[in-house]
Amino acid sequence: MNRNIVLCGVGGQGILLSAKIIASAAELTGFEVTTHEIHGMAQRGGSVTAQIRYGRNVHSPLILEGQADVLASLEACEALRFGHYLRPGGLAVVSSQRLIPVTVSTGQARYPENLDKRLQQAFPRLILRDFCALASGLGDVRMSNTIMLGALAAELAEITTETWNEAIKLCLKPAFLNSNLAAFQAGAKA
Amino acid sequence: MRQLFSGNEAIARGAWEAGVKTAFGYPGTPSTEILENFARYPDVYAEWSPNEKVALEAAVGASLAGARSFVTMKHVGLNVAADPLMTLSYIGVRAGLLIVVADDPGQHSSQTEQDTRHYARLAKVPIVEPGHAGECREYMIRAFELSEKYCCPVILRTTTCVSHSRFLTDTAERQEHPFPPFAPNPSQYVPLPVWGRKLRVKIEERLDAQVADNAADLAWHREFTRQSDLGIISSGVTALHCLDVFPEATILKLGWSWPFPDDLLRAFAAKVKRLIVIEEGDPILEEHVRALGLEAEGKNVVPRTGELTPARLALVKAALEGQDANLPAPLPSAADLPTRPPILCAGCPHRGIFYALAQFDVVVTGDIGCYSLGVFPPLSRTDVVLCMGGGFTMAHGMTKAGETRPVVGIVGDSTFFHSGITGLLNIVYNRSPATCIVVDNRTTAMTGHQEHPGTGCTLQGEKTASASIEAIARACGVTRIQVVNPYDIAETTRALKEELSAQEPSLIISRAPCILKEKKAIGKPYAIEPQKCKNCRACLKLGCPAIEAADKRTKPTINPQLCTGCSMCAQVCRFDAISS
Ligand code: SF4
Ligand code: SF4
Repeated sequence: MNRNIVLCGVGGQGILLSAKIIASAAELTGFEVTTHEIHGMAQRGGSVTAQIRYGRNVHSPLILEGQADVLASLEACEALRFGHYLRPGGLAVVSSQRLIPVTVSTGQARYPENLDKRLQQAFPRLILRDFCALASGLGDVRMSNTIMLGALAAELAEITTETWNEAIKLCLKPAFLNSNLAAFQAGAKA
Repeated sequence: MRQLFSGNEAIARGAWEAGVKTAFGYPGTPSTEILENFARYPDVYAEWSPNEKVALEAAVGASLAGARSFVTMKHVGLNVAADPLMTLSYIGVRAGLLIVVADDPGQHSSQTEQDTRHYARLAKVPIVEPGHAGECREYMIRAFELSEKYCCPVILRTTTCVSHSRFLTDTAERQEHPFPPFAPNPSQYVPLPVWGRKLRVKIEERLDAQVADNAADLAWHREFTRQSDLGIISSGVTALHCLDVFPEATILKLGWSWPFPDDLLRAFAAKVKRLIVIEEGDPILEEHVRALGLEAEGKNVVPRTGELTPARLALVKAALEGQDANLPAPLPSAADLPTRPPILCAGCPHRGIFYALAQFDVVVTGDIGCYSLGVFPPLSRTDVVLCMGGGFTMAHGMTKAGETRPVVGIVGDSTFFHSGITGLLNIVYNRSPATCIVVDNRTTAMTGHQEHPGTGCTLQGEKTASASIEAIARACGVTRIQVVNPYDIAETTRALKEELSAQEPSLIISRAPCILKEKKAIGKPYAIEPQKCKNCRACLKLGCPAIEAADKRTKPTINPQLCTGCSMCAQVCRFDAISS
């Protein structure tokens, strides 16, 4: 069995750190792991995706469309953009946060209005929460990504809670550790 | 111990383990992190050179002096370093020398898609292609042995996918490889025609030996034996995708991919009923397989352009089988989503100069860097981009052709030192009225903030001389030089107006540090007072990602998390609605 996870969002949201934590948790569990990152030319504001594959027999670092077990997005629009990566029966974990791209602000494009409905139609198994608001509630909006991890963790049952905590410890500076462990738990309950 | 390394990190690790003493390079996505990582290892010297040609020539000197060395660059960088590469193949190396080149199939962050294997063939030097981080490390070590065995440079080619994917990678201790000091040997190292002709013959002998060696040295190649109906020959990460997408096919993954291991190719072809060559880039291997008299498919079904992703390989498989690939298409509800193209960051100093330029009817010849993004609306102030340094030189040519509008050539600071200086020199020497702008943000920003000769700091973090753009321009003979603060839109506009009307060469240095690097320059966010805002949308002409306006009826607002407090929007608002 191989696991395929696609993360997406907008530059600066912490997608790459989330990918690192998932990979680390899978490695600690004893799997072969590979990750892949795509970030556009500019460092902020562009679409960012990361892919994680782990299991016993991993070759390519890239996930074929329609084969992701989990699709997790920190931005509502981006979840739809990468929606076709999810396999039938897979889980979508989406933050309802909306980030307006410049193409919309300058009138070249429109930001869709009925996003929640579109998301519900596209993803039969959907966890849709405002991770950004939850993170603000915990004192730091930058922890949206950790809350998202907490929300998807139950789907990856082969990784234990202890291992998740261990992986978070490995990937974060000690100063941010306790708040992020709390954020992970909050995500698991969300 | 195994570590989760990216391809780039693994290359650095392999170099260190191989006892490399010196490394040189110029930043270029996706290759940049190789040298940054290598520089952190103990007992090594690593530098950002002004450009790739300088880097390779320095590495040649280091190799001759007895230090294992390598250079890093992206594919277009090898165009710049092509001149020394061609002759290096003749004079050869002493201590091993690797040229690490990262190709960018799919053009994730490049102006062209180029297959570096052509350069291996052109220069007649071996090329190896790791497919993942583990092989990146291993191939670095083995390629140094190869380089020293044949006294020739070896190219190690990665692609974006290899450079930026992480795999669990073995590590080992560093092995030193001491060499005796340099001893003069003119007939080997000075390719005057009389000796060059002899060296030329030796290259062919070297190639013949390598062809035999490559087919015999099976450690470079991997065969995955499955069913024999379909055999695939591939290399690099493409071979890994094939393993997933073609679960029944027998696959030969080449590691040392040129000169070709002819006997191995023949033996493999004999084992399978139907043979296809699947290579990312040009049909170099495929044409050779056919030239060997073997029957093979390839680019008749394999795409010629772009990255060969698993999805595109699934289409190849479907085409071979005459079936439907059954790949899920993008969601119908994603059809009208707004795009999120790369843009200048909130508070980027380049925004000021492009906004000011947009007030004039000029032709703008641009260059490679974050400031290439000045082409996008709403700024729309770049008309042509060619290559590193081309911003100045194309402007010169345009004025000579009699372009009636003022012509503005733009290069960045790192680009100025890379290959902008000669263009400026030419503008002065051959008297063109072009207006040159150096958008000087004190760093190589696009590739992630590398040092360069103007920053006063080396790759390894030591203080050094800082080259002055003004002094270089004066030495070239430019007499009209203005330094402007691009955050001051009125002042920048005034300077532009003066220089655009000048009938002689002029230089504007638009100087302010990259806001992503100089985080301490980030000020209090600005905000728009809705009562004062008339929704005239003048501020939106800056294209700042922090200014959001969901639709035409909604007055713009500023996202305080993105805003860096640069004040430019407050300067362009005529209703005084924006303040901090
Ligand atoms: S420029 Fe001023 S008045 Fe015009 S839309 Fe922007 S904030 Fe409102
Ligand atoms: S001050 Fe205005 S232009 Fe500058 S970053 Fe903030 S919103 Fe953008």
